[in-house]
Amino acid sequence: MEELFRIENLSKSYENKEILKNIHLKIYRGEIFAFMGPSGVGKTTLLRILNFLETNTSGRLIFNGNEYTIRQKNSILRRMSMLFQRPAVFNTSVFNNVAYGLVIRGVDKKTIEKKVIDALNLVGLAGYEKQKALTLSGGEAQRMAFARAIIYQPDVLLLDEPTANLDPANVAKIEDIIKRIRSELSTTIIMASHNIYQVRRIADRVGILLNGELIEVNTKEQIFTRPNNARSYAFINGEFIY
Amino acid sequence: MSSVDFLLQGLIKAFELVFSLNPYILSITAVSIKVSGTATIISTLTAIPLAFAISFTNIRGKQALITLVNTGMGLPPVFVGLVVFLMIVPVGPLGFLNIFYTQEAMILAQYILITPIITGISLAAIKSVPQSIIETVYTLGGSEKDAVIATLKEARFGIITAALAGLGRALAEVGAILIVGGNIARTGSIGGIGEGLSETRTLTTAITSETSKWEISTSIALGIILISLVLSVNILASYFQRRD
Repeated sequence: MEELFRIENLSKSYENKEILKNIHLKIYRGEIFAFMGPSGVGKTTLLRILNFLETNTSGRLIFNGNEYTIRQKNSILRRMSMLFQRPAVFNTSVFNNVAYGLVIRGVDKKTIEKKVIDALNLVGLAGYEKQKALTLSGGEAQRMAFARAIIYQPDVLLLDEPTANLDPANVAKIEDIIKRIRSELSTTIIMASHNIYQVRRIADRVGILLNGELIEVNTKEQIFTRPNNARSYAFINGEFIY
Repeated sequence: MSSVDFLLQGLIKAFELVFSLNPYILSITAVSIKVSGTATIISTLTAIPLAFAISFTNIRGKQALITLVNTGMGLPPVFVGLVVFLMIVPVGPLGFLNIFYTQEAMILAQYILITPIITGISLAAIKSVPQSIIETVYTLGGSEKDAVIATLKEARFGIITAALAGLGRALAEVGAILIVGGNIARTGSIGGIGEGLSETRTLTTAITSETSKWEISTSIALGIILISLVLSVNILASYFQRRD
């Protein structure tokens, strides 16, 4: 398997509070990797660091074999995309929202039109092009954000609790979209979730994050059947752990 | 004559003046719109980049600059008029510009008055754009320039409102332009009304001079036009505020 991210001894502190502690991890191209843990353990911070929205306090972050500085982040960000728990929606049409990533890359109008239609089809929003994005429901807005994130076929898609505020029907649609993105576009997907059942349904490998520490990284099967760590076992079985 | 008759007669004459398109009244209206409109355009062109520079950079003295902008929003017009007057009088440091008692001097005074207003309201509009919008631009591979453009688009209604607030303020302003413009109209009476055609006389300054001469109907006519203009600007501003 080809290594995409390598994280070595990475820590992150805000003022004097250590949010992430000595994280070691490799993430491979084409896999769905899930950071799992309760709220407030550093999952979002770790995703933001992987997306170069924040810098680590210490340690190394190697992407595609290279260690980048914050000044070089723009060239890397062009190959990634991140979805937030609550998607930010531009105050314009669905078409303009979805097309955004291609417009800033200078793609020609005809190609943009075709790709927007394809992306909206993929997320089940065909025919929504002219609708004002701010009028979409929560589930539709999240699906539109998926279309916007994948339209330029990023190498990596980072998902921060992508279904946290959605009803079961929309959760099922989003999970189906995640699986289709991986199978149809071979995109590496890294997600943060506290939803054990969702991680079990869609992830290949799982990292359990508790109190800023990555206590176990393993395949989904291993984590859910024979976890190596007592705290992993306790978390998966619904015990309150901090 | 009772006070009601006096007012009624004034109003009737005023409407006659407005609807007969009196050249004196028209020239005053044109000068008002030209001076305030030009000042608003130049101020907006200055204020928007300034608001973005303050919002998107971490320059030293940023907080002091914001305080300066906020202070500028409440500048007393007569004080601004006095300062501009002292600068542009023939013996002043900007006397070589030869703009004393001209429309250019009035534009300069209004520019100083309304630039902080447009900057301050634009700053608030930019600040109201959620951080998640800017982060989304970055996560989609956008540069800082793309983030600025996206913010401009998101804050567009607020920024338009800022420009309209500046225009409304400029149209209603009297103290500064009276000092630096001189309230001049070309001599010679047209149709028995007023003093010919306006040079630096605006709706507000004309109201002060016409009222002092007891030309009440002319004052009311000018007032009706002024209120109509300011009201139109405010209705537009409210429309954009609702859309924001």
